Amino acid sequence: MTPAAPLFLLDGHPVPFKPGETLIEAATRAGRHIPHLCWHPGFAPHGSCRLCMVAIGERQLAACSTAAEAGLEVRLHGEALAAQRRTLLQLLFVEGNHFCPSCERSGACKLQAEACEAGVEGPHFEQLYPDRPVDASHPDVLLDLNRCILCGLCVRASAQHDGKAVFALGGRGLGTQLVVGSASGRLGDTDLAASDLAARICPVGAILPKRRGFAVPIGQRRYDAAPISALPETDDGMPPP
Amino acid sequence: MSAAPAGEPGQLLQRLVALQAQRGWLPPAALEALAVEMALPLAELRGVAGFYRFLHLAPVGRLRLLFSDHVSDRHQGAPALMARLCARLGVAPGQVRADGALSIDRCSCIGLADQGPSLLVNHGQVITRLDAARIDALAQAIEAGLPPAAWPAEWQQVDEPVRRADVLLGAADAPGAALAAALAQPGSALIEALASARLLGRGGAGYPVADKWRACAAQPVTERVVVCNADEGEPGTFKDRTLLRLQPDALIEGMTLAAWALGARHGLIYLRGEYRWLLPGLQQVLARRRAAGLLGAAIAGRPGFDFDIAIHLGAGAYVCGEESALLESLEGRRGVPRIRPPYPSSHGWRGLPTVVNNVETFCCVAQIALRGAARWAAIGTARATGTKIHSVSGDCARPGLYEYPLGTPVARILADCGAVDAQAVQVGGPSGHCVPARDFGRRIAQEDLPSAGAFTVFGPGRDLFEVARHAADFFAHESCGFCTPCRVGTTLMARRFDKIAAGSGSRHDLDALRSLTELLGSSSHCGLGASAGRMLHDTLRHHRPAYEQRLQSLQFVPGFDLDAELSQARALTGRHDAGAHLATRETDVTRKHEVMPEPDAPTNPQPQPQRIAP
Ligand SMILES: Cc1cc2nc3c(=O)[nH]c(=O)nc-3n(C[C@H](O)[C@H](O)[C@H](O)COP(=O)(O)O)c2cc1C
Ligand code: SF4
Ligand code: SF4
Ligand code: FES
Repeated sequence: MTPAAPLFLLDGHPVPFKPGETLIEAATRAGRHIPHLCWHPGFAPHGSCRLCMVAIGERQLAACSTAAEAGLEVRLHGEALAAQRRTLLQLLFVEGNHFCPSCERSGACKLQAEACEAGVEGPHFEQLYPDRPVDASHPDVLLDLNRCILCGLCVRASAQHDGKAVFALGGRGLGTQLVVGSASGRLGDTDLAASDLAARICPVGAILPKRRGFAVPIGQRRYDAAPISALPETDDGMPPP
Repeated sequence: MSAAPAGEPGQLLQRLVALQAQRGWLPPAALEALAVEMALPLAELRGVAGFYRFLHLAPVGRLRLLFSDHVSDRHQGAPALMARLCARLGVAPGQVRADGALSIDRCSCIGLADQGPSLLVNHGQVITRLDAARIDALAQAIEAGLPPAAWPAEWQQVDEPVRRADVLLGAADAPGAALAAALAQPGSALIEALASARLLGRGGAGYPVADKWRACAAQPVTERVVVCNADEGEPGTFKDRTLLRLQPDALIEGMTLAAWALGARHGLIYLRGEYRWLLPGLQQVLARRRAAGLLGAAIAGRPGFDFDIAIHLGAGAYVCGEESALLESLEGRRGVPRIRPPYPSSHGWRGLPTVVNNVETFCCVAQIALRGAARWAAIGTARATGTKIHSVSGDCARPGLYEYPLGTPVARILADCGAVDAQAVQVGGPSGHCVPARDFGRRIAQEDLPSAGAFTVFGPGRDLFEVARHAADFFAHESCGFCTPCRVGTTLMARRFDKIAAGSGSRHDLDALRSLTELLGSSSHCGLGASAGRMLHDTLRHHRPAYEQRLQSLQFVPGFDLDAELSQARALTGRHDAGAHLATRETDVTRKHEVMPEPDAPTNPQPQPQRIAP
């Protein structure tokens, strides 16, 4: 970064940015973590999880889809924002069926890690218990939509990276769900490969490689040692098999 | 512009609508064939089809009846009428009858609140003024196998009760007159006229029309697009319906004027699926204007002034009235609002600079072009010039259309429509304001009470808690599902209302509702989520007793019945003694813990909430 790089302030800390960058891109490059679930470096922002919400003056905006501007005073921390972030996480937890202790992704799940860091202590709202069947039809990949948070990352990864368009979001409202592009609607009838980015990018435990469950012992999982905000962004996605 | 080729990806929604009209639903094989034909991923087709309420991925009844569920429909007995029809025809609400012949359900307001209760037949025909006699006759006609096309014409009669007309609803102007006036000057002069008339958009947001058009005109490209938002989704609004029927030439002339001002060649009208019955009439007007040289190539004899309009049909999604969701839908995708900026004026339909305006706005443009900015600016208030049409329904003697100068007090409209003793008025639909009687002196104008046009009156007997609950149901039903706060929050809000209505509410639930409202207001991706808590906010503030009289206690009360949950365990163990029952609905939480069964008793077949930490 040249000395002349423009800056904005994130909770008072100067963050340099390149023209055209969003707040989250610049902050991430500067090593500052803005909580997020539906954003991923390299993909256009989605803006759906709203976890990256920051305050600028009186307004609250999604950091993943707000362009950085010189001199902006951006607030990320603070009681009101933290409370709203906790509530958003709680909404995601009650919307699906998140049975963390038995989930293979536990310890490496972004939703869980953000919730731990935000101090979410319980679901607070009533569980909605959706009825979402598990799709085990694919030889190498398990699709358990009980844990899907509709971030659309697999949709983008499949279409824009893998060139396959295996997934799409379907339905609407609380009935929004991930749909699979085969006549049967089953993952096993698509050309998804376990090495596809779409099969590895899921931030939660909805798309998982088969037969590798609990490979990493408790204590050595990604977010066991350090909170998510202290880890680099680049280690996203399940490693290729 | 001739309609885009049918195999083109942007036509996906139109193709699905057509397929659905033909087949009644979208069978998997037909979807697959369409995906191949259009060279689109099957996942995308399924995703789009699943988004729109009027598209069905599973078989539905061959005859599909949807009762309009506006709050005034409910107040006029729609639920009982629907139950009556269901009983007569032997079908459960929301289900397909065993013989596959029919299904009966509810849908959001269909734009006939002034002559409700009403219903929609196969998405393309309406029945108004339902009462017990009409329901019985309808049941008879259906059982006799009479096709909808043969039903009595009077059932389908839609009046346009214009109770007070001003410039917009007065006698129609000669087609082409406004155009002739504008063509005497360059297009930029029209934009300046709109600026000096200080015209604000009529679709709800109240944005200055000239600013939008200028921003669009300033884009460094040659192709621009004019879009008319005829989605009219806000419950209780029906003024666009009237304009589309009584003043279609004014609307199309307004769009053509926009084309002149912007140098646009393509125009699109996004017509809500609920108004499909208006489509043939509109197509006729387009054809007539083409024949008269007022649309198409070399309009009004001006070489190079080429502009034509295609009509796109929606398929049952309120959120598609939001302008960027509308553009997504026009491009054949799910109606999910876009990230903004960029705004449509720079990146709209297919990335082209686009102006999106409401039906009434385009009619205002035609007026200003014909009669001048000064005349327009002289009507209304300092910020909100001109007239505004209000769709009046609810508890009043004369529901219908009322056009007033902006700045007219609520009380004046109430007096004119014969509403005595109103306790509140919903101005601008569920996403607008609920105005209590003591504020009836307030004026409908940008400075005070903005409105997209709905005006729903609640008489002394109406329960404002139920009004707010109905609004919560509406938003939960219409959320596009894209962003977390709205997708989940609106449902949780509706469930809290249910809990209070069922008599299990406490002050804690009111607090939870309020914090959900705040979250929705500040974190939602679009205006739908942001306004979903408005009725709750306003009624809680002005009609708090309507809530408090329902609270069982000020302490926490669980939303489920513990004792009922135990019934399975009792049946399994064959126990019927007093010790096997819980005293439920208690406020003393500690006692409840004492009598709680062992943790592993099957009190609840669902997985229990787990600690979130790893
Ligand atoms: C959820 C939602 C629904 C909307 N529905 C409509 C509608 O049905 N008709 C309409 O004209 N504007 C609607 N709007 C407003 C549009 O986004 C947009 O502001 C309007 O079409 C612009 O036209 P105008 O400037 O002429 O008012 C809606 C906005 C939101 C957030
Ligand atoms: S499956 Fe995973 S990546 Fe795909 S939308 Fe759901 S949570 Fe996101
Ligand atoms: S606020 Fe609601 S309607 Fe708007 S984008 Fe979010 S989920 Fe969709
Ligand atoms: S990361 Fe910004 S909304 Fe999800």
